Amino acid sequence: MTSNDSTEMVIRLDGVSKSFGKPGLAGAYLAVDKLDLQVAQRQMLALLGKTGCGKSTIFNMIAGLTEPTEGRVTVDGRNPFREFDAFRGRMAIVFQNDRLLPWRTAIQNVELGLEILEKTSEERRAMAQRWLETLGLRGHEDDYPHALSGGMRQRVSIARAFATNANILLCDEPFSALDEMTGRRLRTEFVKLVKENGKTAVFITHSINEALEIGDRIVVLKRPANIAIDIPLTPAASQESKEAIRSQIQHVLAA
Amino acid sequence: MTAAQYQLSDAGRFGAAALRRVGTYLLPFVAVAAVWQFASLFFPPFLFPSLVDVFWRFIGIVTDWAQFSDVIATVLRILAGLAGAFVIGALLAVLMAQSRAAHDFLSPVLTLFQGIPALSWVVFAIIWFHGIEPRIFFIMVMTTLPAFSFQILGALQAMSRDLVEMVMSFRPSRIKLFRSMIIPAVLPDILTAWKVNLGNASRVVVVAELVGATGGVGYELLQQQQVFDMAGALAWTLQLVFFVLIVQAILTLIERIAFRYRAVSERSL
Repeated sequence: MTSNDSTEMVIRLDGVSKSFGKPGLAGAYLAVDKLDLQVAQRQMLALLGKTGCGKSTIFNMIAGLTEPTEGRVTVDGRNPFREFDAFRGRMAIVFQNDRLLPWRTAIQNVELGLEILEKTSEERRAMAQRWLETLGLRGHEDDYPHALSGGMRQRVSIARAFATNANILLCDEPFSALDEMTGRRLRTEFVKLVKENGKTAVFITHSINEALEIGDRIVVLKRPANIAIDIPLTPAASQESKEAIRSQIQHVLAA
Repeated sequence: MTAAQYQLSDAGRFGAAALRRVGTYLLPFVAVAAVWQFASLFFPPFLFPSLVDVFWRFIGIVTDWAQFSDVIATVLRILAGLAGAFVIGALLAVLMAQSRAAHDFLSPVLTLFQGIPALSWVVFAIIWFHGIEPRIFFIMVMTTLPAFSFQILGALQAMSRDLVEMVMSFRPSRIKLFRSMIIPAVLPDILTAWKVNLGNASRVVVVAELVGATGGVGYELLQQQQVFDMAGALAWTLQLVFFVLIVQAILTLIERIAFRYRAVSERSL
């Protein structure tokens, strides 16, 4: 653990393993192997690894969508799987693809989380409008998803995640389906918004560049998922030190 | 061309397109009517009556409350039966979608029901029930229940897992999950199920009334058959056909409004 242990840890995975299928049978495999990982408050952790290394399994366990086979996952001291409803409004997810509801307009999609939090219609509309404007979508409030470009749809999904004002953001390769220019622009906006709003974020990626651009800390995973290296990053890190980190990560991933 | 002339030519084009659509829609009906009328010139009225006779018999039913109440009774029986089958079918479908055990138990039972002919249900209903309305309600429910259950179950199973997972990530209550995700996702299939079952129900209700009722379109058809009145039989049949067409049009209108979010490709299938 390279992060400061004196800081309050929002997300903790202690000795977490996750296997799929019955051990010994064909198709059974271990996705996560005795993983210890902590994420501090307001930290932006980039979780980097090759395809199939168990990143998404870790993501689903933190989100409370699946339970570990062994070990303990806690978020804010509570079990996100067993106490699923306790995290209503406290955790938001940005997925790899936008996952907009096709029967809702852009603004209605942003309002979804707020509806679940039982905000009044005026509050919902105002909050959704503010986030759509922040993400440069003024004038597209009443457009249905099919009328928006891929980049615009992903902006709507980011607005949907931010609108609930959740403290914890989980992002599963949210820009990987976009072209490089759009992805880079959205990434920059996203980091700015996370920092400005004091969120704790776990950002899953398989791109070294993306991890270097986004993270306060990069954790590189080996397969089955466990920490290969854990690298803290400072905003003032020089280009040379970033290059050194890049080659260190490339070396680990190639192993 | 001035702006006013452009507007006029736009209105003309729109009018011509609307006329073409109406014409295309009506053409098959006009063709069938023409063939019938042509046949009526060569056959006796008890086989092929003139459409003029059929028209006046039709108007006679609509304008005479004693007769039209039979049409209303049949319509209400169809709607009550479909509503009952829909509610029970939806509950069974949700149960089957949620529980593997429920699915394994209910699915063969519903398949078995599907294999039982409508006429058998009529016989069972006559033996089991005394009142006419419970009999017909039972027949309507039993004959349309499997289709509703399987169609709604199919829609629930075909829901996008990605979208369900996204909505679940906000931790909705069960009611909110239904309102924001499940109902809008399965609505297109529900409307299709209603359209399909409406046609089936209108056929079954006639059989049920023919055998087990003392009123309604089916009962009136039996009266026409006994006196070999083909014009009357057609006029009563058309009452039911028009009802089905009107409800189908309403369902199509609901589809157009509810599914306006769908992207329309310029190239059709």
